[in-house]
Amino acid sequence: MASLNINGKVVDIKAEADTPLLWVLRGELKLTGTKFGCGISQCGACTIHLDGAAARSCITPVSAAIGKAITTIEGLAGREAQVLRAAWTDVDVVQCGYCQSGQLMAACALLKKSPRPTDVEIDAAMAGNLCRCGTYPRIREAIHSAAGKKT
Amino acid sequence: MNGWVKVSADGTVTVMLAKSEMGQGVMTSLAMLLADEMGADWSTVRTEMAPIDPIYNNICAVVDGLPFHPDDRSVIKRLGGWMTAKAMREIGVMMTGGSSSIRDLWLPMREAGAAARSMLIAAAAQQWQVSAAECRAAAGRVNHSSGRSAGFGELAALAARQPLPKSPPLKQPKEFSLIGKPLTRVDAAAKLDGSARFGIDALPEGLLYASVAMCPVLGGTVASFDAVGATQLPGVRKVFAVDGYNGGTAGVAVIADSPWHAVKALAAVSINWNEGAMANVNSADLLQQLSKTLDDKDGFSYYKIGDVETALAGAAKRIEAEYRAPYLAHMTMEPMNCTVQFKDGAATVWASTQVPGIARSAVAKVLGVSPEKVDVRVMLLGGGFGRRLDVDFIAQAAAIGLAAQGAPVQTIWSREQDTTHDFYRPACVSRFKAGFDGEGKLVAWWNASAGQAILPNILKRAFGLPGAGPDKTTSEGAFDQPYEWPNARIGHEIVDLPVPIGFWRSVGHSHQAFFKESFVDEAAAAVGQDPVAFRRSLLKSHPRHRAVLERAVALAGWETPLASAPDGAKKARGVALHQSFGSIVAQVVEASVTADKQIRAHRVVCVVDCGLAVNPNLIRQQMESGIVFGLSAALRGEIVIEKGRVQQSNFHDQRILRIDECPQIETDIIASSEPPGGVGEPGTPPVAPALANALFALTGQRLRSLPLRLA
Repeated sequence: MASLNINGKVVDIKAEADTPLLWVLRGELKLTGTKFGCGISQCGACTIHLDGAAARSCITPVSAAIGKAITTIEGLAGREAQVLRAAWTDVDVVQCGYCQSGQLMAACALLKKSPRPTDVEIDAAMAGNLCRCGTYPRIREAIHSAAGKKT
Repeated sequence: MNGWVKVSADGTVTVMLAKSEMGQGVMTSLAMLLADEMGADWSTVRTEMAPIDPIYNNICAVVDGLPFHPDDRSVIKRLGGWMTAKAMREIGVMMTGGSSSIRDLWLPMREAGAAARSMLIAAAAQQWQVSAAECRAAAGRVNHSSGRSAGFGELAALAARQPLPKSPPLKQPKEFSLIGKPLTRVDAAAKLDGSARFGIDALPEGLLYASVAMCPVLGGTVASFDAVGATQLPGVRKVFAVDGYNGGTAGVAVIADSPWHAVKALAAVSINWNEGAMANVNSADLLQQLSKTLDDKDGFSYYKIGDVETALAGAAKRIEAEYRAPYLAHMTMEPMNCTVQFKDGAATVWASTQVPGIARSAVAKVLGVSPEKVDVRVMLLGGGFGRRLDVDFIAQAAAIGLAAQGAPVQTIWSREQDTTHDFYRPACVSRFKAGFDGEGKLVAWWNASAGQAILPNILKRAFGLPGAGPDKTTSEGAFDQPYEWPNARIGHEIVDLPVPIGFWRSVGHSHQAFFKESFVDEAAAAVGQDPVAFRRSLLKSHPRHRAVLERAVALAGWETPLASAPDGAKKARGVALHQSFGSIVAQVVEASVTADKQIRAHRVVCVVDCGLAVNPNLIRQQMESGIVFGLSAALRGEIVIEKGRVQQSNFHDQRILRIDECPQIETDIIASSEPPGGVGEPGTPPVAPALANALFALTGQRLRSLPLRLA
């Protein structure tokens, strides 16, 4: 039994301390926007924010999330999230969409840290987020577009 | 099934979708076809997944389900004939694949929209006591020449009582208001806020979770297992052996109250396997076997013109080569999963599938009920690429659901299970011979390839039917191409091997395009010709293909010098042209090689002639998607089997392209009024040979084996 701060709300959960946060979010809390892709931090589909920084929920145990602000795609808000979603829509990034929650979480963490990222910074921040539909060129375009509109 | 539409009193137009959305954009493009003919206001158009039922007795249900009740029996007959033809064509099932959705539904969706428009106009004419000929439908309203106007919603009830028109006129292309526009996707918003529901997001009340370990040797079975420790772990409900279904492999399943409890308990089960027939199978040996087959067999002849043997014998110059392609996994981002609740003799199935009808039959068989007792809810697919044309994981989930005695269970495969228990793109070996006359003109083209046949295997898995006859699925792309060879013979030998194989994005084209377009390049080099000029000389009476090639090389600046790569390395270009699924694609790849021999693709220029472009934005998306998918395979894709065990397991050892390796992609679409071609797959085949040809131009190394590895 632990208390977690998820999307601004404190919730009590039943899962044991070693449970990956991913399965608590998806199973116990029904927050299914965070996706399971690989289970070993190789694909980024499960990306969430821990105190604003991108983290892989599939390898983050509950014990490591206690006391931190957890943000999922369902709770992703603020100026960066708003311009990113608008850019994602304008550029029409998504295809199957399965990886896109993770892509947006990673992009949002990037913009918070680096408001005007270069291609090299985008590559570094986004290389851990796989997309089998190949939306990478549009992801890059959308991040640049969002960064341009942010200020 | 095709052409369903509902109009609500508030004016919302709901289009029923008979195709699965797996990223290719059918929710948007199919709705556009119907909405355009109907004259609907695009902002009011919604989509809904159609329930399964392509069979006769539900045609009435289909028609009854419409707000527009037809009383014209001849129309029902027409619909019936239409449905039957479709059902026959699609092996009696709903199927999304083969880049077929738009080609399949181009007319039916438009006819359904046109019928709805006619009925709405008839309703307005009746209400206003005017002639229907004086009314027009546009932007969700019916307007009369007098200025009277009514929204679709206001007319819906009366329109529903109009007779179904016999042959509603279809728009001329110049009248299209939506078709041809680069509209953005209707499914985007839900995929950006976490609300989109994929198969793995099914959340029935009281959901339990299952994890499964299948025999690591494909096709093996469970000899025994010890679950004493596992059953004492928290949340565990049941540990049991589960058979292999529909071509799948048997294993042990754990049902628990949470996904993590199921995963943990499964790891605590110790299992002894019967490894079965594949225990000594190695993919390296199989590739050797395919190659050896071609020593004395040249396969079923798919294409023959002139006399290739005589032409080769008399040629002034001859070249020959052997090419190879490995097994490949699909690796959809959403791992295989399926949720089943079997209660009171009826089942509900939540699945990401390309074949809901086959899924329903498979589940019914496992549960021992009739298909009518199985309700398949098609969820969004987190990628399909052909993997979700198989139903092994759905039937397995049904068996697991059966064990849960009424509770819904979501069976989720780990990525490792998904990668090691796929139906792989078959390995293939291909040999070529070309002959030239004294002037360097190509006079002979001989090609024979060998590999497993997909269709007989999948039919057996899906329906238990034996396959027979020549199989086009793995030889397509070799013989069905435009080149004007004066003397040619192209054959393919089916070799039966034990590896489970399936449809993989672009199917036979995925390897045959690599073989053929590489060897065309070899042929050009052998006689010192420019690869573009050489191809041009073989396309004299194929203006569409020539136009695609010319546009691609013009956009790529084929003749112009290339700047160095950012690391200072030299760059070179390669070209490929390939026709598949009714569309023609040419690509020019700019590549370089790093100091440590890593291959880099910097830019891909892609030109496609897919006939009339229904939605240029979605076509560009699919070209980009096909190229990235093909590049992953060209650079890294390889499934190796040792002693029956797939050696790759996850994204760390079967790497796919990441954003930092993704080239800039520029797509151009040839304007055309020809009927639409497919776009989901044709972007994939040309990229591997275009890249390999660029590497040849750069290094002089002809890479004849995938994935591409420089010496």
